[in-house]
Amino acid sequence: MPNVSFDDLLADDGRVEPRDPMPDGYRRTLVRQIAQHAHSEIIGMQPEGNWISRAPSLRRKAILMAKVQDEAGHGLYLYAAAETLGVDRADLLDQLHTGRQKYSSIFNYPTLTWADVGAIGWLVDGAAIVNQVPLCRCSYGPYARAMVRICKEESFHQRQGFEILHTLSHGTPGQRAMAQDAVDRYWWPALMMFGPPDDDSPHSAQSMAWGIKRFSNDDLRQRFVDMTVPQAEALDLTLPDPEIRWNDERGHYDFGEVDFGELTEVIKGNGPCNRERMAHRLRAHEDGAWVREAAAAYAAKHAVPEEGAA
Amino acid sequence: MNDWPLWEVFVRSRRGLSHVHVGSLHAPDAELALRNARDLYTRRQEGISLWVVPSAQIVASDPGEREAFFDPADDKVYRHPTFYSVPEGVEHL
Ligand SMILES: [Fe+2]
Ligand SMILES: [Fe+2]
Repeated sequence: MPNVSFDDLLADDGRVEPRDPMPDGYRRTLVRQIAQHAHSEIIGMQPEGNWISRAPSLRRKAILMAKVQDEAGHGLYLYAAAETLGVDRADLLDQLHTGRQKYSSIFNYPTLTWADVGAIGWLVDGAAIVNQVPLCRCSYGPYARAMVRICKEESFHQRQGFEILHTLSHGTPGQRAMAQDAVDRYWWPALMMFGPPDDDSPHSAQSMAWGIKRFSNDDLRQRFVDMTVPQAEALDLTLPDPEIRWNDERGHYDFGEVDFGELTEVIKGNGPCNRERMAHRLRAHEDGAWVREAAAAYAAKHAVPEEGAA
Repeated sequence: MNDWPLWEVFVRSRRGLSHVHVGSLHAPDAELALRNARDLYTRRQEGISLWVVPSAQIVASDPGEREAFFDPADDKVYRHPTFYSVPEGVEHL
């Protein structure tokens, strides 16, 4: 088998593996994207973690804990995938903590009521799935494999959110109003999760050429709208956009203009919870220092000398 | 800050199958590597047996030498049954 070049591999829709030669830009783009993705998973534990102690039943509480634990796992899969590109997890966390790397803007919105946990599962995990399924075919092997694992786990996240909203929307008038309010607040931020519109997405073309990205932001956003509108009808809830209507000619739902100015502001750090999320993340990291040190000290004390190993 | 060492994780999903590499994780020692591997890679009954191996202990072939390293197999098509011609009508061969 002859050594194939990076370009041949891509042209052949092959997978790039960790020690293969690859252009510097490809490596840097992947590190940035995978790290940002990993950071999003672990910061994403906060808005929902906020409701674990107040979940309305033991069943809901067990489910929510399992979901939040999954998100921690997703973060770990992704940090491990990033490390195959020659970076250290500790450095990536440091870049998150010092604001040099970002996480998804959606996690800067607050979870004000229990219904928000439903809206996050249904809309935020739903949008994440639409974004992530094509990444299972990403040209970089370790990232693609991590995404396969993640996507398998995500579908339960979306369903449990849908179920929460369905229960609320068929409950008391107060519960129904709570569900509608959560959907009203999370709909537009969920649409922003697909990123800026195609004509304002400077890195998209290169990522597509490298096989990192498979579909454009606007295509994925449309796909999400198309699958979500009928689900909202099944929930008997409305989406806060009067312009949503089926377009027979396009074979898609039309929808209103997304306020990308808001997205820019939240990315810049001016969302409702940016500061709180970072402060909580830093505190958790610092409060955990003694655990990491104790485990390392224990390991050093019990390390078996090489010759002594039977 | 220095992270804990890296471990490679292998899972046997059920009897009759071999352990398969599923990913890696950081852990301070073997015992915690196993426990972390259980929590990270078998949350949905994906395994009945786990191996963890320090990543630093893995010896890998050099991707740059791939061609030369694997080339002894390139010209030995006679190792495959399809290399041989079998007369018409001969069965179970
Ligand atoms: Fe996730
Ligand atoms: Fe999720």
